[in-house]
Amino acid sequence: MPSLPDMNATNVEELALRAAEQQHHDPHVQNVDLKPAFFDWLCRMGDNALIAGHRLSEWCGKGPALEEDIALANTALDLIGHAQMWLGLAAEVEDESRDADKLAYLRDAMRFRNVQLLELPRGDIGETLMRQFLFDAWHHAMLSRLTDSSSPRVAEIAAKALKEVHYHLERSSDLVIRLGDGSEESHRRMDAALALYWPYTGELFESDGVDKAVIAEGIAPDPEDLRATWDETVGEVLREATLEVPEAKGHVHTGGRSGRHTEHLGFLLAEMQFLQRAYPGASW
Amino acid sequence: MLDTLPSEAEIWDWLSEVEDPEIPVISVVDLGIVREVRWEGETLVVAVTPTYSGCPAVAVINFAIESHLREKGVESIRLERRLSPPWTTQWLSDEGREKLRNYGIAPPIEGTGTPDQRAQRVARLEGRSSLDVACPRCGSLHTERVSQFGSTPCKAAWRCRDCLEPFDYFKCI
Repeated sequence: MPSLPDMNATNVEELALRAAEQQHHDPHVQNVDLKPAFFDWLCRMGDNALIAGHRLSEWCGKGPALEEDIALANTALDLIGHAQMWLGLAAEVEDESRDADKLAYLRDAMRFRNVQLLELPRGDIGETLMRQFLFDAWHHAMLSRLTDSSSPRVAEIAAKALKEVHYHLERSSDLVIRLGDGSEESHRRMDAALALYWPYTGELFESDGVDKAVIAEGIAPDPEDLRATWDETVGEVLREATLEVPEAKGHVHTGGRSGRHTEHLGFLLAEMQFLQRAYPGASW
Repeated sequence: MLDTLPSEAEIWDWLSEVEDPEIPVISVVDLGIVREVRWEGETLVVAVTPTYSGCPAVAVINFAIESHLREKGVESIRLERRLSPPWTTQWLSDEGREKLRNYGIAPPIEGTGTPDQRAQRVARLEGRSSLDVACPRCGSLHTERVSQFGSTPCKAAWRCRDCLEPFDYFKCI
């Protein structure tokens, strides 16, 4: 059987050390011309992590088994940690006296930049795991490329997050296989989950002016360049899970990256932002 | 109030008295999260790196470091968050590993973070372990992984098939 190329990043340490050497000065952070695009792009990374993390955290105390409950909460925690790093850097780039918390808790839905895939309701555990797997495969490919970013600040966040996402992808792959190639009922549900989320995956590979600006600076890869790795990981795991890989071409639900969201995001934010909206500035 | 600024070596000694809040048998120095200690004029700068991005212990650790150094008489302290290079379990001291084992947590087995993922997955799905993790209580290698995610972000849940005790394994990262 073939190996999963994107999970074989044996040079993570080396990439991380290289990123460390260049850490101290990051000309992109103060580049005024780049600011609007860099800020938006950082919000996209941060919001993907934040919204994915929030959806997973909804399982806390409700997981189908104790081990699963713990794993979902741990993964949520990692992702919320990533959101803090990305949004913290976004706030620094923006330079308008906001911080990661203000960006997370005081923006309205149309200011969020996550892909629509991640804001959809958590569904049953099969749906949650399928969505997580489709995202983890992209996330792993993206972070692997970002460890080579021309921005040392971006590279160091990516190197840190990648180590954790490695475990996320391992877990979600295992479980998609176990459930897809499981009982008749689990197979049926995973098949339905795949059909539900597939049309939302195309947005992960789209690009617009924001992407073009950060690609031109060598900060981030062209999202389309991640597709081959993603296709390979997803194809192999789905085949092992005895699930049929859907047609590559088809309708794509899109818009989240530029602030056009499904109705679900507003409800999510109403819960996530409640405390800061009701009691502005409240802290522990 | 100190008459002269303590040496960096002295600061490291003091820091080795600061316990990790989740695993109180090892210090923040054993854990390898203190990356640098230096004086900038009269201000002591301590660079600390998080184990996991979302680790909730970070705030508690920073508070413990700062308050311990203040007790020792250091007045001006700045804690710096350092992300790079990212924390790795390779930075756990040998002494720290022994302390973990005695506390009932199997220390990480290096080199198991990223090798042949494919073989590892096959082993996992067949219910075998691709790692020889010794039970910290009875020393048996007849152990199995229950879950890759455990009671804190840095640990996995394991079980000994001989003495039947569940235990934590400090996973490689």
